[in-house]
Amino acid sequence: MSVSVEIPTALRRFTDGQAKLDSSAATLNDLFAELESRFPGIARHLRDDSGQIRPFLNIYVNDEDIRFLGGDAYKFQEGDKVLLVPSIAGGRA
Amino acid sequence: MAEAGLERYELRCRECGKRWGNQARSFCEECLSPLEVTYDYATIGKNLTRVSIEAGPNSIWRYRALLPIVEDESASLPVGFTPLVPARGLGGRFGARNLYVKNDAVCFPTLSFKDRVVAVALSAARQFGFDVVSCSSTGNLANAVAAQAARRGFEAWIFVPADIEPAKILATQIYGARLVRISGNYDQVNRLCTQIAEQHRWGFVNVNLRPYYAEGSKTVGFEIAEQLGWRLPDNVVVPMAGGALITKIRKAFDELTQLGLVSDKPVRFFGAQATGCSPITTAVKDHQPRFTPQKPSTIARSIAIGNPADGFYAIRTINDSGGWAEDVSDSDLVGGIQLLAETEGIFTETAGGVTTAVTQKLLSQGRISPEETTVLCITGNGLKTTDALAGRLETLEAIAPRLEAFEAYSDRLLNNAPRAAASAGVAR
Repeated sequence: MSVSVEIPTALRRFTDGQAKLDSSAATLNDLFAELESRFPGIARHLRDDSGQIRPFLNIYVNDEDIRFLGGDAYKFQEGDKVLLVPSIAGGRA
Repeated sequence: MAEAGLERYELRCRECGKRWGNQARSFCEECLSPLEVTYDYATIGKNLTRVSIEAGPNSIWRYRALLPIVEDESASLPVGFTPLVPARGLGGRFGARNLYVKNDAVCFPTLSFKDRVVAVALSAARQFGFDVVSCSSTGNLANAVAAQAARRGFEAWIFVPADIEPAKILATQIYGARLVRISGNYDQVNRLCTQIAEQHRWGFVNVNLRPYYAEGSKTVGFEIAEQLGWRLPDNVVVPMAGGALITKIRKAFDELTQLGLVSDKPVRFFGAQATGCSPITTAVKDHQPRFTPQKPSTIARSIAIGNPADGFYAIRTINDSGGWAEDVSDSDLVGGIQLLAETEGIFTETAGGVTTAVTQKLLSQGRISPEETTVLCITGNGLKTTDALAGRLETLEAIAPRLEAFEAYSDRLLNNAPRAAASAGVAR
């Protein structure tokens, strides 16, 4: 299974400028773990010191806020497009 | 001049405190949290007095020392300094003795408080060298960006949910802006704009210019304090969409207090939403520090934001102040529009109906006391949302231009028809 992930400009310094990548992660937690193993240092921008997802990081799956899909519990489907959006004009908080 | 201005204020992360200077940026790359403009108050305070402010223009620019503005504002529009009117009629209906309406339904040039934030944002856009300005909007912001961009020589690209009120569409197009209707709700439009902002070098007033833009909302608070005779009210009731306005009125009061321009006084902040889109009021009422996003379903489209950018800070502002938050149904908000019009002669849009109806609810709950000084923030004009009143007012027959026809008509009217409108008040 494969999902595509869009990396916001703010985090591309960790991905050698790569804006989009593919992942075989099954859940959001798996995805974040995979990102950290591929791009060491990125995780602390995705999670706070207590391990919680940063409150101002918005995560969308196929145009839907992941919080409407069950959040952490959501199981990615083949071909899902995952979009990470920092604070900007909407907030997770 | 720019360098001097840059020293007076700069961006700082609201969460981790990292400083970002001045640039078109809305979030911290370290923790992804929003940025806010902070000021060198020690320097500002040396020259700022009530007298110096009162000597300024009758517009938001009289407070320019506390706004992130570097350019000479003389080219700008006379935005803001709207009336603060004692609301004795409305207060009488509510049994409250010290109600005031801050009437941004008549803000220049596009009849909503968004004129204030856009005036500041476009100054930042000029400072950062943008030729194109843009926004995601539920309508009022679209009007304000389109109008002020026309005046100040920017190209404007405006993104709105496809289903906003026809008057707000028209009042954007008329200024020659490029208007893009999106099949989706505001939160989806907003997300799209964050993606566009990464691809195009545009000044999005509420995306990459957001920290500067939001500062414009402080002027509502500055004006309330000055117009009350340089004192703070006991309570303010504020409609909440993205949640920035309520936090910025708080910031304005704090700044005036810190600079010694008003006496320190606790002010309670009350937030108002439509029940059909109430992420912030729901969190406050459930005693949650963070909100859960919602899918909006309300005729109060101007405040229908299910994922409010400043929701977290709005909740904190309300809770820290000892205030509260309430929401009302679409039917009650229409009653609020009618009641404000009938008692004060002020025709507000749906968001103002929400604020009016919520104020009544808070008074009836005893959360606001009748003798306290309470300011209702009316943020938009009713002529933009007339469709909300469909079916609420009677259709009038035409009569012949003859005296006897009028006499017969008035007899019929006075004998049969008790006034329909909102004389029964807003449902509790």
